[in-house]
Amino acid sequence: MELTGAQILLESLKQEGVKHIFGFPGGAVIDIYDELPRYPIEHFLVRHEQGAVHAADGYARSTGKVGVCLVTSGPGATNTVTGIATAYMDSIPVVIFTGQVPTALIGNDAFQEVDIVGITRPCTKHNYLVKDVKDLARTIKQAFYIASSGRPGPVLVDLPKDVMQARTEFEYPKTISLRSYNPNYTPNRKQVKNAARLISKAERPLIYSGGGVISSHAGEVLTRLARRFSLPVTSTLMGLGAFPGNDPLWLGMLGMHGTYAANMAVNNSDVLISIGARFDDRVTGKVSTFAPRAKIIHIDIAPTSIRKNVNVHIPIVSDCLNALKALEEDLDELSGIDWEEKHSAWVKTVTGWCREHPVKYEPVGKTGRIKPQYVMERIYELTKGEAIIATEVGQNQMWAAQFYKYHHPRTWLSSGGLGTMGYGFPAAIGAQVANPGKLVIDIAGDGSIQMNIQEMATAVCYNLPVKIVILNNSYLGMVRQWQELFYNKNYCATCLDTAPDFVKLAEAYGAEGYLVEKTEDVVPVLTRAFASPKTCIVDIRVEPEENVYPMVPAGASLTEMLLV
Amino acid sequence: MRHVLSVLVENEPGVLSRVAGLFSGRGFNIDTLNVGPTLEKGVSLMTISTHGEEQIIEQIIKQLRKVITVIKVVDLSNARAVEREMVLLKVNAADHNRAEILRIADIFRCKVVDVSVDELTLEVTGDQGKIKAIVNLLQRFGIKEFARTGTVAMRRSMQL
Ligand SMILES: Cc1ncc(C[n+]2csc(CCOP(=O)(O)OP(=O)(O)O)c2C)c(N)n1
Ligand SMILES: [Mg+2]
Repeated sequence: MELTGAQILLESLKQEGVKHIFGFPGGAVIDIYDELPRYPIEHFLVRHEQGAVHAADGYARSTGKVGVCLVTSGPGATNTVTGIATAYMDSIPVVIFTGQVPTALIGNDAFQEVDIVGITRPCTKHNYLVKDVKDLARTIKQAFYIASSGRPGPVLVDLPKDVMQARTEFEYPKTISLRSYNPNYTPNRKQVKNAARLISKAERPLIYSGGGVISSHAGEVLTRLARRFSLPVTSTLMGLGAFPGNDPLWLGMLGMHGTYAANMAVNNSDVLISIGARFDDRVTGKVSTFAPRAKIIHIDIAPTSIRKNVNVHIPIVSDCLNALKALEEDLDELSGIDWEEKHSAWVKTVTGWCREHPVKYEPVGKTGRIKPQYVMERIYELTKGEAIIATEVGQNQMWAAQFYKYHHPRTWLSSGGLGTMGYGFPAAIGAQVANPGKLVIDIAGDGSIQMNIQEMATAVCYNLPVKIVILNNSYLGMVRQWQELFYNKNYCATCLDTAPDFVKLAEAYGAEGYLVEKTEDVVPVLTRAFASPKTCIVDIRVEPEENVYPMVPAGASLTEMLLV
Repeated sequence: MRHVLSVLVENEPGVLSRVAGLFSGRGFNIDTLNVGPTLEKGVSLMTISTHGEEQIIEQIIKQLRKVITVIKVVDLSNARAVEREMVLLKVNAADHNRAEILRIADIFRCKVVDVSVDELTLEVTGDQGKIKAIVNLLQRFGIKEFARTGTVAMRRSMQL
């Protein structure tokens, strides 16, 4: 049967198993919206296209499925760019459909025309302009395949209006073969053997895991491997949740705001096993002094990650899950080793560091106001580590990483690579759509939350009981911290003392708002808000000039930590 | 060090900007770039000459392979390869210089492709060394226009 382009798009989404999409209409995509009600796809109308992409991203991070969004041409398309770049930097599978002016007008500076394929070329894994309705189904198939395979990432598909109206026979391709794209999933077994041998000779081995472990569903195998072979574990911000935060082998996050134990362990380890991480500058500090005593094993699906920033001794290009399984087998074959005994001295050393220098804070600060770290600890206790935590960016994000223990993969949603303020709330909305029964909390800053606050309407409209906890310090706190430490306290443009009344704002949107000013109110109010079936904002007034520690100043070595 | 990369690509509309954008976005150098269709429909060959430290070249190759529409990347600097570039140059050729210019053209096996009363246009083909040499020799007469194709290259059949 002949279908229109719009019908083909929606049929294809159905075939891909898409149940939810996030979007915002406009002239170029009306044909699609006109058909939408006839399909078993639930559409969530956001209030800004950036929110649609972050929501699709939060949907993807919290489930492992591809997130999908649909926006119009021109400004609708340009509004998605920050969301796309955020997903790209963190390798998140999202497919973005943008409307486009009719093919005959492309290049004419037509109304609401923008070259979104050109604009997003450097921040998508791949993108397409569909010029012929006959290519549509195949292109969609490829878009989903590329977004979700290999190292995942966002893929944009630009859809001219006339292509949505044109008709052709519809058949969704069953298989796909792309001559120029064949991600390698399986490791080179010789390299894995070498890695196992190197690990067996190590005295101070350390696992440094990253977001790749989460995207390849390898958290369970990682955890088993670390426990069986008695290997301490640290991870990047992106990797939180892959290994349980309450395990004795867990050292906490490494890097700029990493724990003392994690950074010291990196500095002293003799074999560093990097899995699905990319040696980002926020992790390594000064590269030349990173892991100075270690031979490095680097497992990653992206060849580009290997030897980009540091030299490695054993590179293994592979999906993390397959590589970890192979490594487990090969370590098993090295019989006669009592791993626990072999690493006991090292494990004792690192757990000693954890005990002596846990992440901590002065219980009372200059003004006596609530400590943000205290809030995070209470949220952890109240939720028993079972909530999905999304974050904004800044100090709030770092405290959420440090003072909450993540027990499961996909329960931590944070913009790591791009550091996008405004990410957390729409991402939490996406996660709540995907996980209806779960408690989803956005840990926010008073600055960041204002970047996508309009999505309150979305959350309320669809009865999504997302909880926004604002660690309100009346500052763009992380920038202020840098100004305090490295710019003579010149607090230029970081004071946010003109803030909206967040309680009234919540109420204006039809949500619940709570103000917390006293430490003793933190637990009762959070308890109430978490039990509420409604969207809530909890505005917690915290110590304004509280800093995030430990901190490795930019460009310094990991051992040069500023501590509390 | 200088490297010549042979890059086989799907001939989709955006492919040139994908490749060029990769170089500019990541701060890699392009010295020359040549693109043309191959004998296979829908497939083009780009020849890129670039320079950089080994680790950078490794990144360039890996990043090129990451581009979805790139089919194959070969670093011809690791193989024995034939390398050629073609240059057109228009040189001042007043009467008293003309004989000398033609002699040089002859030595370099150039073709004269256009003539006027006071100018000669030469076509010269060769590797980088030969092109540099002829430019050096002709510069004293005054080179008025200069157009080059960029390097094209191919692995030799016998890899000794
Ligand atoms: C979109 C965007 N603009 C600017 C920045 C730079 N930036 C990083 S953290 C930060 C402060 C965030 O303030 P707030 O949300 O109040 O969080 P706090 O650090 O106070 O917890 C800023 C401005 C950014 N990361 N993202
Ligand atoms: Mg703040």
